[in-house]
Amino acid sequence: MTDFFADFIDAVGTVPLIRYSLLAGAVSSLIFGVVGSLVVTRHIAYVAAAIAHSILGGIGASVYYSRVHDLPWLTPMVGAIVAGLISVALIGWVSLRFKEREDTIIGAIWSAGMAAGLLFLHYSPGKAVNLESYIFGNILLTSREDVVMTLALGLVVLLLVAVFYHKLVAVSFDEEFARLRGVSTRAYYFLLLALTAMSVVLLVRIAGIILAQALIILPAATASRFSRSLWTIMVIAVAITFLCNTVGLAVSYELDVPTGPFVVFVAVAFYAVSFLYRRRTH
Amino acid sequence: MSPNENSADPHQPHLVECRGVGFAYSRTKVLEEVSFVLHRGESLCMIGPNGGGKSTLVKLLLGLLEPTEGQVRVLGRKPSEVRTAMGYVPQAMRFDPQFPVAAIDIVLMGRLDRIRMGRFSRRCREVANEALAEVGMAGFAKRPFSDLSGGERQRVLVARALACEPQFLILDEPTANIDLAVEAQLIESLARLRERMTILMVTHDLDLVAALGDSVLCVNHLVHRHPLPLSGETIQEIFSGRRRLEHDRRAHVDEDAAHACDHD
Repeated sequence: MTDFFADFIDAVGTVPLIRYSLLAGAVSSLIFGVVGSLVVTRHIAYVAAAIAHSILGGIGASVYYSRVHDLPWLTPMVGAIVAGLISVALIGWVSLRFKEREDTIIGAIWSAGMAAGLLFLHYSPGKAVNLESYIFGNILLTSREDVVMTLALGLVVLLLVAVFYHKLVAVSFDEEFARLRGVSTRAYYFLLLALTAMSVVLLVRIAGIILAQALIILPAATASRFSRSLWTIMVIAVAITFLCNTVGLAVSYELDVPTGPFVVFVAVAFYAVSFLYRRRTH
Repeated sequence: MSPNENSADPHQPHLVECRGVGFAYSRTKVLEEVSFVLHRGESLCMIGPNGGGKSTLVKLLLGLLEPTEGQVRVLGRKPSEVRTAMGYVPQAMRFDPQFPVAAIDIVLMGRLDRIRMGRFSRRCREVANEALAEVGMAGFAKRPFSDLSGGERQRVLVARALACEPQFLILDEPTANIDLAVEAQLIESLARLRERMTILMVTHDLDLVAALGDSVLCVNHLVHRHPLPLSGETIQEIFSGRRRLEHDRRAHVDEDAAHACDHD
C-alpha cells in the first residue's frame, strides 16, 4: 500500500501529465464543492444532471458545423457553453413557469440534448469522434491550458458565490420571503443554474458529462450528512471531491485503468459510508 | 360592505384598506367584495374554513397577487410598493427542516433589502440579535434551524419578520403544529409585540384569537368583521362553511343581524 502511494507521489513529481491532472482535480474540487453544495441544498440535483447531459447537443453541433462549414473557432467548448446557456434558459423558464410538470419537461430537454448530440456526432464528416471522452472525460489528457482555464472559472464561481451568498441562500430557503424583501428570486435562480452550467461545461473536458454530474451531487450530498452549516458543507464537499479525484487518479495510474469510473466509485463509496453512518447514529 | 372603523382613532391614516376587492384563480372566484380597514395599533385575526380565501387575502395584502377587482392599499400605496414595511411570518412547517442554516442566518434574511452584495453590516447583525432577544431566543442564535423545535422555529420566523423593522406584522397560522406549552410561550411573545405593533394574523386557534385579537375578520369568499368575543353559534357557522358566496347576500344580512355582528 505504501509503495502504491509512493509510486504515485513520484509520478506527480516527474510526470507533467499526472501533475496537471492532480492540479486540475484540485481546482475542480473547489468549483464542484461550492456549486454542488448550493445545488444539493436547493434540491435541484436533477436540474444539474439535465444541464450536464443536454450540453452534449452543443458539443455534437459544434463538431458537425465546424467540419461541414470549416469553422475552426467553433470548438466543442464553444458548443458546450452555448448549449449550457440555452439549457439554463429553457430549464429555468420551465421550472418557474410549469412547476407541476417540471420533472417531465426537464427530462425531455435532457433526452433531446443527448439525442441531438449523438446524431450530430454520427453525421459529422471526417475522423470519428471519441464520444467516451465527452461522456466520461479523461483527466489524464488535461493540459496546462485546461488547468489555467479551470482555475479562472473557479475564481469567477467563488467570487460570484461569495458576493451573492446570502441572497442565494435566502432564495433557496424561502423564495416568497426573499421576494418580499425586494430580492429578484428569478434572477438568483438563473444565477445558480448558470453557475452550475459554467461548472459542468468547463469541467466536461476533465471529468466528462456523467462524472461532472456525479461530482456535483455526491460529495455535497455526503458532506450535508455531517454538517448543518452551509459553509462547512462547502468546505467538506471540496475536501471530499479532492480526495475522490486524487484517489481515483492514483488507482487508475497504478492499475492502468480509466480514471473517470474510479473517481465516481470513490464518490459513491463516500456517499454510501455516510449514508450507513448516519443511519447507525440516528 | 362598508369599512369597519370600530376601535381605532378615526383621524389616524389607514394602515390597510381594501375596497371591493375580488380575486379569481382562472375562472374560480376565491374572494368577492372584500372591504375592510385596519388602523395602526389594531390587532385583527382572520379566521375561516380552509379554501375560504384567507391565504389569498394575505397574498393580496403582501402584494404577491394583484386583485382582479377593487383595490388594496397599504399605507396608502399599492402593497408591492411598500413590501418592506411589512413583516411576514409564514408557517414554520413549510420549510425544509434540514436546511443547513443557523437561527441568526434566518433572522438576517429580514435585512436582505439592506445589502446589495457581500456581508451584512454590523447594524444588521445588531438588529437581528435584538429581534431574537425580543422573542426570547437570544441564546439560540448559532443553533442550526434543524435542531430547533416547532415552536422555536416559529419564534425565529417571528424574529426574522421583526428584523425587517416593519410597521405591521402579518402572521400565517403561527400556532399550527406546535404543542400547548410552546403555544403559550409564542402567545406571550406576540402579546408583547401587540403592545407596540399592528398585527394581522391568520389562525384557526380560537385561544390565540381571544388572547390577541381586537376583532375578527371571518373570511369565507366574502368577509365579515366581528367584534370579540365571538358567540359559539357564529364560530360554528364560520367553520362549517355555511356563510358562503352562493348564499343570498340578504341572508347574510339577516344572519348577522340576528347575531348582532358588525358588517364590513
